[in-house]
Amino acid sequence: MSPLEESPEEQHTIRRVALVGNPNVGKSVLFNALTGSYVTVSNYPGTSVEVSRGHVSITGKSWQVIDTPGMYAIHTITEEERVAREILLNEQPDVVLHVLDARNLERMLSMTIQLIEAGLPVVLIVNIMDEAERMGLSFDLTLLQKRLGIPVIAAATAHKRGIEEIKTAIAEFGQSCGLPISYSRLLEADINQVSRLIQKEYVISHRSLSLLLLQGDEEISGIISKKEDEEVYRIIEQNVREIAFERRESFHLNLSMERKEMVSKLLKGVIALPEKQRKTWGERLSNLTMRPLTGIPILLITLYFGLYKFVGSFGAGTLVDLLEGKLFEGLFNPWISKLVNGLIPWWWLQELLVGEYGVITLGIRYAVGIILPIVTTFFIFFSILEDGGYLPRLAMMVDRLFKWFGLSGRAVIPMVLGFGCTTMATMVTRTLETVRERTIATLLLALAIPCSAQLGVILALLAPTPSALLVWIGCMTFIFVVIGILTGRLMPGEAPMFYMELPPMRMPQLSNVITKTYTRLLWYFLEILPLFILASVILWLGKITNSFEKIVNGMVPLMHSIGLPKDVAPAFILGFFRRDYGAAGLYDMQSKGLLDARQLTVAAVTLTLFVPCVAQFLMMQKERGWKIALSIFFFVTTIAFSTGYLLNQLLIATNLLG
Amino acid sequence: MKLSEQAEDIIERLWIEVEEDGGPFLDPETMFIKPDAESIKELTRNALAELKNGMLYLRAEGREVGRMTVRRHRLAERLMMDVLNLRGETGQMKVCQFEHLLTEGVDTKICTMLNHPTTCPHGKPIPPGECCIEARRSGDLGVVPLTEFKSGQEGEIAYIQTEDNKKMQKLMAMGVLPGNRIVLVQSFPSYIFRVGFSEFAIDTALAKEIFVRRIQP
Repeated sequence: MSPLEESPEEQHTIRRVALVGNPNVGKSVLFNALTGSYVTVSNYPGTSVEVSRGHVSITGKSWQVIDTPGMYAIHTITEEERVAREILLNEQPDVVLHVLDARNLERMLSMTIQLIEAGLPVVLIVNIMDEAERMGLSFDLTLLQKRLGIPVIAAATAHKRGIEEIKTAIAEFGQSCGLPISYSRLLEADINQVSRLIQKEYVISHRSLSLLLLQGDEEISGIISKKEDEEVYRIIEQNVREIAFERRESFHLNLSMERKEMVSKLLKGVIALPEKQRKTWGERLSNLTMRPLTGIPILLITLYFGLYKFVGSFGAGTLVDLLEGKLFEGLFNPWISKLVNGLIPWWWLQELLVGEYGVITLGIRYAVGIILPIVTTFFIFFSILEDGGYLPRLAMMVDRLFKWFGLSGRAVIPMVLGFGCTTMATMVTRTLETVRERTIATLLLALAIPCSAQLGVILALLAPTPSALLVWIGCMTFIFVVIGILTGRLMPGEAPMFYMELPPMRMPQLSNVITKTYTRLLWYFLEILPLFILASVILWLGKITNSFEKIVNGMVPLMHSIGLPKDVAPAFILGFFRRDYGAAGLYDMQSKGLLDARQLTVAAVTLTLFVPCVAQFLMMQKERGWKIALSIFFFVTTIAFSTGYLLNQLLIATNLLG
Repeated sequence: MKLSEQAEDIIERLWIEVEEDGGPFLDPETMFIKPDAESIKELTRNALAELKNGMLYLRAEGREVGRMTVRRHRLAERLMMDVLNLRGETGQMKVCQFEHLLTEGVDTKICTMLNHPTTCPHGKPIPPGECCIEARRSGDLGVVPLTEFKSGQEGEIAYIQTEDNKKMQKLMAMGVLPGNRIVLVQSFPSYIFRVGFSEFAIDTALAKEIFVRRIQP
C-alpha cells in the first residue's frame, strides 16, 4: 500500500506492466525488446536481483514495464522471490505478464494457476517457442487460452517473435478473470474456513491469502495482522494454526499434487510430444562440460585462454602497454603537463592536476590506462561464460570442493566474478542461500581473491621472476584453502545445500555479451572513478601538507618488520583506496629498481591479502553490516601482515629467491 | 488359522531357539508360562509344536508359521526404528503389539514399502517372504534414493523424505513431485537429473531425500 500513499498522482496516471516467471525464461530479453533499454540478461539465477524498469509506448499510451527477479511460486522462499512478490503486492500492476518456457510448460503452469487464483490480471506468454519447436514439440495454445480464460501468447522473444502480439494484449487487456480454480473438498473446506474470516480488501484474493497463510507465509501474516482488527487477526491466526496442525503431515505436498493434477488436465491435448528426442549440439557440449574427465580439461582450457591469454596477456599486457605506456606516458601526460604548467601559475594546483599524485596524471592514467583495459577484457570473458550458460555447470563441478569451505557450488559465481571486481562480487554474494554462506564468501573475497586490476599489475610485476610468481600463487592458494577450511569448520550454522537449474547451453550472443559487459563497465566506472580522484586528492593533500610523510613514517616499523623498505608504505596506504592502485605503486617502484625479488614477493603477497579497497569495504558494510565488516577488516589485516612476516622469515631462512 | 497373541509370541521364541540358536527345545518357564497354559495347548492342538516332559518342541508343520511370525516381528522393528523413529523400550513395546497386526498381506505391503529389508535393527536376518523372493527374481530395486540410480536410469518419483519444509518446497518447485518421471543424467561430481525438459544439479544430501521407483524398460 505504501507507494499509494507516497505518490498518489503517479499511481493514477501511470499504467504498469510487470514481467514475472521462473529464472531463465527470457523475461529480461522480453523486457529489452519491449523497452529497448539496457538490463543484465542472465543465465545465472540471481544476477538480475535488482529490478529493472523501462517504458513502452503502445498506441500512444505510455506504460511502465517492470522486470522482476525470477520466482518459482507465489509462496516465496528466497530473497529474489520476495522482491518479485513485493512488486506484485505493492505496485499493483495493471497487467501481469507471466513468462514461461514452452519446453517446461507442464512444470511452470502451476504458477499461472496461482497468479490467476490470486486474482491478478494475468497474460500468459509461452516463450522460447523456437527451441521447443526445434525439439519437435507442438502446442494448441488456443485450446489452452479457452481453458484458462486468460490471453495466451506464443513467443520467441530472443528472435522478436510475438512482441507485437504482446503489446496488443497489454493495450487491449480487459478484466478477464481466468478460470475458477477449485481443489479437493478437503482443501476447499480449509481455504473457506480461513478466507471467510478475512475482512479487509487486499491486492490479492482472499483465497490466495488463505492458502499462503496455511503454507506458513510470515510476510503475508504480517501484512494481514497489520490491516485487520486485532481480534479478527487473532481468530484467523488460531484457525490457521489448527488447520496447519491437522494437515501437518503433507499440506505442501498435497497442494502441489493437486496443482499438478490440475495442470495435467489443463494440458490434455495442448502439447504434442515428438516421436523421438533429438540431441542438440548444446546438449552434447553440456555433457562434456559436466563429466569430470572432460569437464576439468575444458575448465582449464577456458581459464588458460580466457583469463591468462585474453585478460592477462592481451588485456593487461598488450592493451595496457598501448594505452598506459604509449598513449599516456608517451603522449598525453607530457602534453597535459606542459599545458597545465604553462596556463596555471600556482604550484599547488599544478601538483593537484599533473603532479606526482595528480588527478589527471595519476588518477585518470591509472583508471583509463591500466584498469579500463583489464576489467573490460575480464567482463567480456565473464559475460561470454554467463551468456553461454557455462557458470551453472562450473558451479556443479566445484560443489564438492566448495563444501569443504562451508560453501555450496553456487558460490563459485561470486568467486570467479571476484577475479574481475571483488566489490561487485561482494554484492553478488547476496544470491547465496544462507547468511553463513554469504559471510564466508565475503571473507574469502576480501582476503584471498585478487581483482583483475590487481591481478594484472601483480602478474606484470612478478612475471620477470617466475619463482616469485610461483611463491605468490602458492601463498594465495594456501591461505584460501586453510582459511576456507577453518571457517567452514568453525563457523556456526547449518551446512549449505546445493541445487541449481542447468539452463541449456547456447552460443553466446554478441548483443547480449555487449550489453552485459557495458552494464558492468558502466557500474564499475561510476563506482570507481570518483574514488580514484578522491584518492588522488587525499594523496595530494598529504603531500603538500607533509602529513603523508608522518603516516608513512608511522608505518616504517611495520614495513621493516616484514622486511620492506619504507618507500613501500605509500603503496599500502594507496592500496586501501584501490587494491590495484597499491599494486600499481609497487610496479612503479620495481621499474625504478628499488625492490629485490624477496621484497617484491613479500610486498605482493601482503598487499593482495591486505584489506579490501574502500569500495569493497563499504559494500561489505552495506551487505553484511558494521559488525561483520569491521571484524573482517581487522581479521584480514592481521592475516596479511602475519603472513607477510612469516613469509619474509621463511624466504630469508631458505634463501629461496636468492 | 489365526493364533492368539500369546501363542504367536511363544512360537516366535521357539523358532528362534530351535532354528537360529540350534537348541533342541524351548523351556516355557523361561517365558514365565506354565506348560498347561491355554496358549501352549493352542499350539499343540494345531500340531505346530509338541510338549514332552514340560519342554516345547517345534514340529515340521510349525516351522513355516514360526518363520513368518519372526519375520513380522522384525519387520515391525524396522518400521518402528526407520520410519516412525521409535527406539528403546517404548519402541520395543510397540513392536510387540504391532507385529500381531501384520497379517493378511499387511506384512507384504510394509515389506515392499521398506524395500524388502534383510536384517532387523539388531542385525538378525529377516526371513524373506514371497514378495522378497519375487523382487529379487525380477531385479526390482523397489523404492530407492536417487543416489542408488545409475546414470541414464529412468524412474518415477515415489516420495520426498525431508524434515525441512523449505527443502521440500524447493524440490517441488524444481518439479520433483511424486509421480513425475525423472532421469538421472550423471552422479559425479554432483547429481544431475532431468524432469520434463529441464536439468537440475543437486548435492548428495538432497539426492538422498528423493525416493524413486525404477521403471522397467
